[in-house]
Amino acid sequence: MGDILGLVAKRLGLGLIILLVISVIIFFMVELLPGDIAQAVLGQGATPENLAALRKEMGLDQPAVVRYLGWLKGAVVFDFGNSIVTGASVSETIGERFANTLFLATYAAVIAVPVSIVLGVLVALLRNSIFDRVANVATLTSISSPEFFLGYILILYFAVNWGMFPAIASLRADMSFVDLLHRTFLPALTLVLVVTAHMMRMTRAAIINLLASPYIEMARLKGTPPWKVIVRHALPNAWAPIINVVALNLAYLITGVVLVEVVFVYPGIGQALVDAVSKRDFPVVQACCLIFAATFILLNLAADVGAILTNPRLRHPK
Amino acid sequence: MTKKTDQVLLDRLADAARRGDISRRSFMHFAAAAGITASAATGLWGTSAAANPSRGGTFRWGVHDGNTSDTHDPGTYVTRQMIFLAHTHRSYLTLIEPDNTLGPDIALSWEATPDAKQWTFELNPNASFHSGKPVTSQDVIDSLNHHRGDASTSAAKALLTDVTDITADGDHTVVITLARGNADLPWLMTDYHFAICPSNGDGTINWQSGDGSGPYKIDSGEFGIQWALSRHDGWHLDGAYFDQVSMIILNDPNARQTALVTGDVDCVSLIELKTLALLQRNPDISVDNIPSGGAITMPMHCDTVPFDDVRVRTALKLAIDRDEIIEKISFGAATKGNDFHLSPVQPYWPDDIPQREYDPDQAKSLLREAGQEGLRVNISVAESVYTGAVDMCVLYAEQAKAAGININVVREPSDGYYSDVWLKKPFSAVSWGARPTPDVMFTLAYKDDAAWNETRWQNERFNELLLQAKAELDQNLRAEMYREMCMLMRDDGGTLLPFFNNWVYARGKGVERPENVAASWGCDGARAASRWWFAA
Repeated sequence: MGDILGLVAKRLGLGLIILLVISVIIFFMVELLPGDIAQAVLGQGATPENLAALRKEMGLDQPAVVRYLGWLKGAVVFDFGNSIVTGASVSETIGERFANTLFLATYAAVIAVPVSIVLGVLVALLRNSIFDRVANVATLTSISSPEFFLGYILILYFAVNWGMFPAIASLRADMSFVDLLHRTFLPALTLVLVVTAHMMRMTRAAIINLLASPYIEMARLKGTPPWKVIVRHALPNAWAPIINVVALNLAYLITGVVLVEVVFVYPGIGQALVDAVSKRDFPVVQACCLIFAATFILLNLAADVGAILTNPRLRHPK
Repeated sequence: MTKKTDQVLLDRLADAARRGDISRRSFMHFAAAAGITASAATGLWGTSAAANPSRGGTFRWGVHDGNTSDTHDPGTYVTRQMIFLAHTHRSYLTLIEPDNTLGPDIALSWEATPDAKQWTFELNPNASFHSGKPVTSQDVIDSLNHHRGDASTSAAKALLTDVTDITADGDHTVVITLARGNADLPWLMTDYHFAICPSNGDGTINWQSGDGSGPYKIDSGEFGIQWALSRHDGWHLDGAYFDQVSMIILNDPNARQTALVTGDVDCVSLIELKTLALLQRNPDISVDNIPSGGAITMPMHCDTVPFDDVRVRTALKLAIDRDEIIEKISFGAATKGNDFHLSPVQPYWPDDIPQREYDPDQAKSLLREAGQEGLRVNISVAESVYTGAVDMCVLYAEQAKAAGININVVREPSDGYYSDVWLKKPFSAVSWGARPTPDVMFTLAYKDDAAWNETRWQNERFNELLLQAKAELDQNLRAEMYREMCMLMRDDGGTLLPFFNNWVYARGKGVERPENVAASWGCDGARAASRWWFAA
């Protein structure tokens, strides 16, 4: 157990360094964008005097390095500063958005992870049957279609033609939980379709890989029924790759949802990031990107820890 | 007048009002001429005007162009979300009526000294903020001063540079003094930036709270997502038929249209022109295709070879087939331009200037005269200028080939187009929002020393007329001056103006609107929430 804690600590330390590097890259990439924030805020209607006044008000007359260090000083004590455009604190600006994104990701994950693992086990069990083929073709088709296309198809059938679900997922504070699930079903379903294939096929491949092993042969020879061979004998050894691919897809559910948010008008963090980039609102861009980076780092860490925990050989090294 | 003719006249008036042929103010005027007292006429207007609006319901309004980073600061109003919201929860001194004339909002009446240097606005004593505080001269003064002074970051600062002083004469009278006469001041007050906000008492305004004196008050909401508003009882004007307004930001065109088709919203502020024809086939949806004052211009730098020769400029103006561009690029949602920057829905539009048509032969002979046969020019454009802007320039290049002109279309990045390309490249495509009066538009982009003189055009007569017309209170003289200026722009200026883009918005089942809608913004001059109603 001590080894795992050590590993976690080491990886978290490395993660912090990665985040620092990412923050530098993001800052200077935002600097590289043509036009500046004052121009973006005042739009086409800005005069040079206006721009100068606004730049001064926003502190843009200072050199880039000074502004970055100023931001970093706050960031190390978890003060991510204020949005340059609106003046509101960054945590306030994106807090609720991030919560919405997490909700949608959780909603999709709760459906997608069990469905894809169960499907993966089933197609491994019934491999090369019609069921296997159909499931493979269907999931590959859904993963090969761009998300916005899947979203539009779902809107066409479920919202326009059959009227079962609303086409836009705008949220209201006074909605009941059931309403919320109903309203966000189509975006969640789109995400489910996008991530299922990857997880299902990895589960199938990992299990089939093991089926040629001598110990599976042994289990078969002693008369264990096929489903038990897979669930009891093969699956425990297949967890490591499955957990890895699940973690990767969970990260995608949080960071890759911009298109789905746009199509369904869902107030998540992706839309906030796009707005912030177009306005060159550096603190907000920085915070969003760091959240995304941290999501990847933490989920990868979780996957590694998960893989160790499910593998006795790694848990008790000689 | 006998009682009988009186009745006939009244009936006719009432009919005209019902059809929406006359505005409320002309109605009052004619009714007064017919010997009816003001209060009786008001009552008559209310009962006869178009289809008797019924009250109630929640107006769900899908609005495009809204960012998370928008604010309530009137000085930085720029997106449609901000502008539509401003016209729903705040008031202005004056407003554009549905027939595109000027009408009263917070100001009941206004008058100028003969030199048009001093304007006095009488405020409506019934106007109040949502907090309950009455609107006083101080609120108006501080709201206007928000756009003045060195520290101001307002985008509308330029409109008020001539203002030297704004003072109060009692609680409900505001006097604005100008350095130079300006007959258009009451029109300027309709600019979307000049929203009236409550004063803090120290010369600043409290725009942050979102308080206003408009028809609806904000209950809750967040920029870039949605707004919930409810009727402000005691609003100082007629209208505000809906009980509640729910403004939902729908930036994705597909989401917007789907939401309208599935009935998730009652109105969308913009529909995609490509699907315009399809949407018009849906019997539950009414599409409004309304001419606007917003224009696409193609400015040529008049001080740069080859555009320094007026024959070359005219040849380029003759080499564009506007009808084909409107049909193929705008899908019919545009109004043909005539190379002067004033649209038919704007004041002082001269209706007798001959339309310039596509004439490649004349263009060719002009170029021959100028010694510029086989002219080669570059035109800079970005897709963000207008949907289909690049295609428009490519089509123009094809049309110009008939005149022996080779136009090379340079596709520029959309990002930073207005800081890096506009005003810098000698020939480009630009989109302009509507300005309230010809004076504002001409001063902004055609005057010799204007920062945005996008054509670098220097015309002495034009500049002289511009200054004269500004302070001229005689409407006929003024109209004549603007006509002459338009002729100069058309025949000497550096602007090729292919078309004015139309507002194209759509209403779902049951949403009624008056016969006339204001053309200053989409959705009835941004005032759909207070002017439209649900069919009973």
